[in-house]
Amino acid sequence: MRAIITVVGKDKVGIIAAISSLLAQNNVNILDISQTIMQGFFTMIMLVDLQDCKLKFSELKDLLIKKGQEIGVDVNMQHEDLFNSINRI
Amino acid sequence: MFTSQEIIETINMVKQSNLDIRTITVGISLFDCSSDIPQRFIDNMRKKIIKYAGNLKNVANEIEDMFGLPIVNRRVALTPISLLTFSYSYEDLIKVATAIDDIAKELEVDLIGGYSAAVHKNYDENTRKFISSIPDALASTDRLCSSVDVGTTRSGINLDVIAHLGFIIKEIAQKTKDKDSFGCARFVVFANAPDDNPFMAGAFHGTGEGDCSINVGISGPGVVKRALEEKKDASIDEIYETIKKMAFKITRAGQLVLQYACKKLGIPAGIVDLSLAPTPKVGDSIAEILEEIGIDKVGGYGTTFALAILNDAVKKGGAMAATFTGGLSGAFIPVSEDSGMVKGVESGSLTLEKLEAMTSVCSVGLDMIVVPGDVEPELISGMIADEIAIGVYNNKTTAVRVIPAYGKKEGDEVNFGGLLGGSKVMKINRSSPKRLIERGGRVPPPIISLRN
Repeated sequence: MRAIITVVGKDKVGIIAAISSLLAQNNVNILDISQTIMQGFFTMIMLVDLQDCKLKFSELKDLLIKKGQEIGVDVNMQHEDLFNSINRI
Repeated sequence: MFTSQEIIETINMVKQSNLDIRTITVGISLFDCSSDIPQRFIDNMRKKIIKYAGNLKNVANEIEDMFGLPIVNRRVALTPISLLTFSYSYEDLIKVATAIDDIAKELEVDLIGGYSAAVHKNYDENTRKFISSIPDALASTDRLCSSVDVGTTRSGINLDVIAHLGFIIKEIAQKTKDKDSFGCARFVVFANAPDDNPFMAGAFHGTGEGDCSINVGISGPGVVKRALEEKKDASIDEIYETIKKMAFKITRAGQLVLQYACKKLGIPAGIVDLSLAPTPKVGDSIAEILEEIGIDKVGGYGTTFALAILNDAVKKGGAMAATFTGGLSGAFIPVSEDSGMVKGVESGSLTLEKLEAMTSVCSVGLDMIVVPGDVEPELISGMIADEIAIGVYNNKTTAVRVIPAYGKKEGDEVNFGGLLGGSKVMKINRSSPKRLIERGGRVPPPIISLRN
């Protein structure tokens, strides 16, 4: 299963490190990553593979949200299918 | 990989524009549960509902988590109960109603529909008894929903039942007076009722449906409004095109949820209802879309025109996005559930007469309208008759969900809470249609029924 993770917030040191190390600890492979500053906000988009992740989708999502709160950014994870359905015919 | 823009847009549809899935509705046939012993029917029904919908809440929660899409309601629709309870006494009917409500509570299903009857042709004694039980059935339950189909383009209109329903609605209002006559919000009168509608109060599992199916009702007026906000100077064809595109995207989300729910629950897919359904939240309103199209206040001249465009564009955009579409597809205009509509009523620009005109081009009809509690039953019947005529003669579904709030006068406020919202009591035309309604009888179907 693949999912899209987005991270939005005020730019600062260590956001990518914090999120990606959490993913690594849980065997989540990052397939694609893009990062930009949009409207003054740090915006990171990741496509990840959850195939080897032992956690349930909701558990991983909760961990990510918690980590986001610790470092002051808004983290979101959604199944890739939603983006596929809405944006691709 | 998707572009950043696509991803941000999709996330904003949910986070800022209130895109949600209004309901996953599991439709269940109860024909194989029937029995002349009421308790046996109740036991069979309980088993079957638990078998199919027992896991509905969990699956819906899982979908919410996976896709980050809120699912506002989990619902169940049953075979019209009137078809299965011909031999039952009044007391037994109430027992069935409360048993259904208990099952809904046990499964944490938000609403359960199907305490319904179709009387568009004849009004026999058994159905009369059933309809007479609706006020007590609703007063003794919290989640049960009920509907009556009183006319179809193929069969005509049954004025006898319309006359009776004026009294029934008044009785529901009286019996649920301690909750602002809330019972009336769970009862709807239909013309041309669809079998596969996932929206309450009118959802039931029609006789032509299979053993079980899932229907999904989508929502998302906020998404359309936000898209239109960026088209301030666009021509009407561009507005139409924008609505169509957004309806496509919203419906795709609904189709995804339908597929996923079917797989998880092991139930075949029914339809996606291509709908824009409002909630009382600001920014989640059909009225605000109409105002964005260019009406100063909903109810003003041009409102019907704008609604017609919205409704048609939603259908066109959504039709390609879903495999099977059905239900009441289009835009809903329930007054109390839509903050923009409520403002229209408060400012005096939205009247009942304008609403009636709007119902000729939208997906349902006079919906969630609060009128004074002392209104004559015949006047409610007159209101129903007008609305049913619009449906029957124009070959479309129409409905009436009107709430004569007990003890309330024009201008008073009522509040139902949650999705149903609240509204000011509307002004009504007091001229009585008593003579017409008391004639009773049946209206033959219009000539458009002969289109073979």
